Amino acid sequence: MMPVPLDQEHVLAVLAAVKDPEIPTISVVDLGMVERVEVSESAPRLTVELIPTFLGCPALEVIRGRALHALVEAFELDQSDCLVKFGLSRPWSSDRVSAAGRERLRAWGMAPPPMATVAQFVEGSIAVACPLCQSLDTEVQNLFGSAACRALYYCRSCRNPFEVMKPI
Amino acid sequence: MNVEDLRHADSEYYQALRELLWQLADDDLIVAYRASEWLGLAPHVEEDVAFSSIAQDEMGHAAMYFELLEQMGEGNRDDLSHLRSVAARRNAVLLEEPNGQGSYLREPHFDWAFTVVRHYFYDVWESLRLRHMIESSYLPLVEVAQKAIREEVYHLAHQELWLRKMAEFNDDTRVRLNDALNHAAALSQDLVYVEPWQDIWMRTGILPEADALPELWRQQVGRFLDSLGVSLPSLGMRANGRLGEHSPYLSELLATLSEVYRTEPGAAW
Repeated sequence: MMPVPLDQEHVLAVLAAVKDPEIPTISVVDLGMVERVEVSESAPRLTVELIPTFLGCPALEVIRGRALHALVEAFELDQSDCLVKFGLSRPWSSDRVSAAGRERLRAWGMAPPPMATVAQFVEGSIAVACPLCQSLDTEVQNLFGSAACRALYYCRSCRNPFEVMKPI
Repeated sequence: MNVEDLRHADSEYYQALRELLWQLADDDLIVAYRASEWLGLAPHVEEDVAFSSIAQDEMGHAAMYFELLEQMGEGNRDDLSHLRSVAARRNAVLLEEPNGQGSYLREPHFDWAFTVVRHYFYDVWESLRLRHMIESSYLPLVEVAQKAIREEVYHLAHQELWLRKMAEFNDDTRVRLNDALNHAAALSQDLVYVEPWQDIWMRTGILPEADALPELWRQQVGRFLDSLGVSLPSLGMRANGRLGEHSPYLSELLATLSEVYRTEPGAAW
C-alpha cells in the first residue's frame, strides 16, 4: 500500500482525528489549534505548530503527544522527522472554533463559545442558549468550570446544568 | 528581538530581560502555590472550582516564563522553579504571605478576605505589567503577554466580585475586608517597586513606560476601592522581594513545593 502523501491537506486530515482528551467529539482542527503545517525536504520533514487554548491547560502535553503519534503512524515517519510543538505566534481565541466544531460541542452537550467579548461575557449581558433544549432562559452559575476553558451555566427551562466554552 | 538575537545582544539587555523574567516567573509561581493551598477549603464548592482554576492559570503563566528563561540558557525550567535559593527569588513578599493560621493539611484557619485582597492587588499589577509587555522589544515576551492578558480579565472580574460582596454584605464582612486591606497594603510596597530597573527596562524597550506602572496601580486599585466605600491604606514593606529579601514563610513554602522534586531531581514524573 502506498503511504499517504505528506502534504498540508493530508496532515490536516490526520489531525482532524486527534481529539481533545476531555471533549471526545472535537478535534484540534475543530478547535482552531493548528496554526502552521510545514513540509520540508530536510529534517524534520514535518513541523506542526499548535497554539494553546489556555496556558495552564494540563491537556496540552497529552494533545501534543497524540498528534505526534498520529502523524508518525500515518506518514510512516521517524520520530526525528516529525516535530509537533506549541507556539504563541498568535494567541488562541475562541473565535477560532470552526462552525463544525461549534456543532460538535453542542451535540456533546456543551454550549459553543458565545460570539462576545470577554467583558460582555463576564458582565453576564450575553444570552447563552442551552445546548440541550435551546432555551435562552439560562443563567451563569460560575465563570470557572471543570476546566480552564469552561464556565458553568444553568438552564431554567429544562432545569439542567450545562457547560459553556468561554469566550477568550 | 528574538531568542536567537540575544546571543548578540549586549549584557545590559540580557540582564534587564532576565531580571524581569525572574520577577514574572516567581510572582506567578508563588501566588499560584498559595492559591492552590485553598483546594478543598474555599468558602463553597463553586469557589473551590473557580479559585483552583485561577491557580492553574497562574501556574501556567509561571511555566511559560521559566520556559523563556530556559530558552535563554539559564537552565532547566523545573530546576529553576524548584531548586533556586531563597535569595535568588524575586517574587513580591505579599505573595509568599501565608493564607492564614495553620496549614492546608492541619487546622487550616485561613483568611479568605486577605486571600482575595492579595490576589486582587496582584491581578491588577499583573494586568498592567502585561499590557506594557505587549509593546516589549523582546518578541517572546510579547507573545506570552498577548495570551496571558486575555486570561487575566476573568481573574480580575472574579476578585472584584468578591470585594464588592464583602463591602456590601454586612458589618462583619466589611470589618474583615478592611483588616485584609491593612494587612495586604502593609506588605505591598515591593510588589510595585520598579525603581532600580525602570530606566534600563525603558531604554532597552523590554518594558516600555515601566516608571508609570506603580502610579497606574495605585490609581486603578484606589478608584475601585473608592467605588466600594473603602480606601487603599498606605503601602508598607516587610522585606523587598525584588532584591531577594524574603520572609521566613518563603523558605517554608519552597520546602513544601519542591519536596517531591528534590527527592529525585530530573526524574520524569
